[in-house]
Amino acid sequence: MTTPDVESPPPSDEEQPTQPTTVDSGAAAVIAALEQAGVTTVFGVQGGAIMPVYDALYDSPIRHVTMAHEQGAAHAADAYGIVTGEPGICLATSGPGATNLITGIADANMDSDPMVALTGQVPTGMVGNDAFQETDTIGITSPITKSNYFADDETTVGDVVGEAFELARSGRPGPTVVDLPKDITNAETDRHPRQPRLPDTYRPASRADSEVVSAAAHALERAEKPVILSGGGVIKGEASDELRAFAIDHEIPVVTTMPGTGSFPEDHELAMEMAGMHGTGYANMAITHCDYLLAIGTRFDDRLTGGIETFAPAAELAHIDIDPAEISKNITADYPLLGDAATVLEQLDNELSGIPHADEWREQCQRWKAEYPMDYQWDPDGPLKPQYVVEQFDELTPSDTIVTTGVGQHQMWAVQYWTYTQPRTWVSSHGLGTMGYGLPAAIGAKIAAPDREVVCFDGDGSFLMTAQGLAVAVREQLDITIAVLNNAAVGMVRQWQDAFFEGRHSASQYPWIPAFDKLAESFGAQGFAVERHDEVESTIEAAISTDGPTVIDFHIDPDENVYPMVPSGGDNGKFALSEDQL
Amino acid sequence: MSQGLQGPPPEDRPDPGAKRTPSGARIDPDNQPEPPRRRVILSALVKHEPGVLAKVAGLFSRRQFNIESLTVGPTAYERHARITLVIEETEPGIDQAQKQLEKLIPVISVTELDGDAVDRELALIKVDGDHPDAISAVADMYDGQAVDVSAETVTVEITGPEPRIDAAIETFERFGIREVVRTGTAALAAGPQETAPGHVAGLTDPTDT
Repeated sequence: MTTPDVESPPPSDEEQPTQPTTVDSGAAAVIAALEQAGVTTVFGVQGGAIMPVYDALYDSPIRHVTMAHEQGAAHAADAYGIVTGEPGICLATSGPGATNLITGIADANMDSDPMVALTGQVPTGMVGNDAFQETDTIGITSPITKSNYFADDETTVGDVVGEAFELARSGRPGPTVVDLPKDITNAETDRHPRQPRLPDTYRPASRADSEVVSAAAHALERAEKPVILSGGGVIKGEASDELRAFAIDHEIPVVTTMPGTGSFPEDHELAMEMAGMHGTGYANMAITHCDYLLAIGTRFDDRLTGGIETFAPAAELAHIDIDPAEISKNITADYPLLGDAATVLEQLDNELSGIPHADEWREQCQRWKAEYPMDYQWDPDGPLKPQYVVEQFDELTPSDTIVTTGVGQHQMWAVQYWTYTQPRTWVSSHGLGTMGYGLPAAIGAKIAAPDREVVCFDGDGSFLMTAQGLAVAVREQLDITIAVLNNAAVGMVRQWQDAFFEGRHSASQYPWIPAFDKLAESFGAQGFAVERHDEVESTIEAAISTDGPTVIDFHIDPDENVYPMVPSGGDNGKFALSEDQL
Repeated sequence: MSQGLQGPPPEDRPDPGAKRTPSGARIDPDNQPEPPRRRVILSALVKHEPGVLAKVAGLFSRRQFNIESLTVGPTAYERHARITLVIEETEPGIDQAQKQLEKLIPVISVTELDGDAVDRELALIKVDGDHPDAISAVADMYDGQAVDVSAETVTVEITGPEPRIDAAIETFERFGIREVVRTGTAALAAGPQETAPGHVAGLTDPTDT
C-alpha cells in the first residue's frame, strides 16, 4: 500500500456567480430555463457547437462539473437523477460529443431515470450538409428517449428546455434531449422562458379505476399465497413508505426487482430480496409458487421473468404501473391498475378489510429462506472472496451509504451481499447493462449527496472502460471509494463460457490489465491493493477515512461465480445453485 | 474449494403445476392456441411538426409491428396531421401498437377504427396501351378512369377499399402492367363519430406565453 501526496487542486480563479441569468441570447435562455427549473448542477464536456451555452453558463450560479468523457457526463447525470429524484443534466457538443452521450441516454431510457441531455448542433443553415461535427442527434436519440426536441427558434428555446425537464421528471421518468443549433443559441433574444410545463399531449394517470381496485383487493383477500413484487417504479414514484406500510400491515412477503432494490428493507422478515436470473433462491421460489402477485412499477424484464411460460405461472396478476404500455406487455395482467404507485397502494389499502389468510404461506417463505441461504463458502486463508468484501463494506459503512456498480459478476455480488434498507441507495445499470457505469455514477451520486458515503463496486473490465473519470474525482476532491473486484477477466462472460461454451474462454481473460492502485496514484487518488481476507477490514477503514477518492484493487478468487443462476429464458423455480445444476 | 450455494437441487423442488402462454396469459398453454392475427386500421391524430412521421415509422420498425400501410397528411386544422396505419397483428400486438403510439409525445390520440369505417386507397396502374377500349371498359368496371394516355401506355386511376384495388390490379394484369403505385389506406370513422379525438384539454399554441 502506498500513500502519495495528493495536492489539493488550485482554488478556482473565478468566484461562482450568484445572480440568476439575464436573458440576452438563445443560450442564456437555455441556462435561465435550467435555473428556473431548480437545476444547481450540470455535467458536461465543452466543444464547438455548444460553446455559446457554455459561455452563458459562465455567468450562472449553476455548477458545471467538467467530465473527462461525455459518456461519463451522461452516467453522472443519470446517477444524480436517481439519488435526487430530479432530472440530472448533461451537456455535450454536436457530433462525437452527442454520440458519446448515447450509451448514457440509452441507459437512462431503459431504467426510466430522469435526465435531460443538451447537445450542441451545427447552425440550422448547415444541417443536412454533413458539416463538421454534424450528426443527426434527433434521429439517433428518437428510439432511446422519452421525447426529443430540435430547438429552431431562439425565442422559444428556453420554453423547450423547460418542457424537456418537466417531461423527464413526470409520470414514468426518462431521458429527454434538446438539440441546440449554434445559430439559435447565438441569436439575440431577451425573452425569459416561461415556467416549465408538460406537453399538452402528456397526462399521466394518477388514480386507478376504482372497480378494478376493488376486484384486485378482493382477490388479494382470498389469496392463500400472496407476494408483492416491488419494482423500480416504487422508488421513482416515492412510494417506498407506502409499500412498506402496506406489506407489513397485510403481512405479505416482498420480492424486489433489481431496480426495486432498497424499496423494502432487506433486513425485514417479509423481505425475500431480489428475484430473477441471479435472485435469491427464496425469492424465486416465492414468485414461482405464489397464487397472487401484486407487481408495482416493473416492466417484467426477461432477466426477472426468465421464461414467460414458467413465470409466476399460477398467480393472478395485479399490476400497478403509471405507463399503460407496460401493463400486459410481457405478462398479462388480471387486474390492470393504471396509476401512481403510492396513490394506487392507498386505494388498495382502503379496499382491504384485513390480512390475507396466508399463515402457512408465510411460514413456507421463511422455510425457503432457511433452505436456500446465501452462504458462500470461504476459507480465511484461501483466495479472497468477493462476497466477503461486499459484506465487510456493508458492515463498515453507514446504512444510508450509496452503492454504485458497473455491470457483471461484481454487480451481482454487490446486490446480493449488501443489505439495502433505504430507497435511492442502489445506483446501477439494469436494463442496458452498461459496463463502465460505476465510476461516473459514483461521481454523480457524491455530488448529489455530498454528506453521504459513496462506494463504487466495479469489475476490472468495467473499471477499465471509464477509469478516466478518476481525473474528475480527484479534481473535484470527491470522497468516494472504488472497490475493484478484480478477477482479471470479464467474469460474467467467463462464467457463461464455462457453463454454456465448453469452457472456451474466447476474449474473456484480462491478464493484461494495469495495477489499479498505481493507476489511481498516477491520477492523484489513493490506491490500495488487497489479496488476503485479513487485509480487507483495515484497508476499507483506511480508504473510508481518507479524504478524496480512493481505489482498492481487490485481487479476488478468479474462479468464483455468481449463484443462484437461472439460465436465460429458464424456469425461475429451477435456479441452479452450482454449475453442475445448469 | 467447491463453488456454489447450498440447498435442495432443482429436481427435488415442488412444481407449481401451471404454465403461461408465450404471450404471458395465465391459462393452460396446451389448450390455448396463439391468438390469430387481425387486420386493423389505426388512426392517429398528431402534431403537424417535423420528425413525427420518422418517430412513428421508427417505433413500428423497432418493435417489429407488422405494418401493411402508412399514410400521412394534413387535416383541416393546420397544426394537426393525421396518420392512418394498417397493421396485421395479434390482439396483444394491436393493443401494444396502440399504446406505444399514444406514448409518443407529438401524438394527440389514437383510435382503432370499427369495421364500418370509410376506408379508401388510390392506385395508379400503368399498362400497355395495345387495347385502349378494353382497358377503358375494365376501368369503368372499377369506377376508375384513364388519366394518362400515350402511344404505348395507358395509366388508370382506381379508388376504393383495399380489396377492390387488389382485384383491379389482378384484372389489369391481362393488359401487361408496367408500373403500379398505391397510396395506402386513408380512413375516417362512419357517421358523426370522431375518428381520433383532437380536442385535447389545454391543447394550445406552443408559442403562447
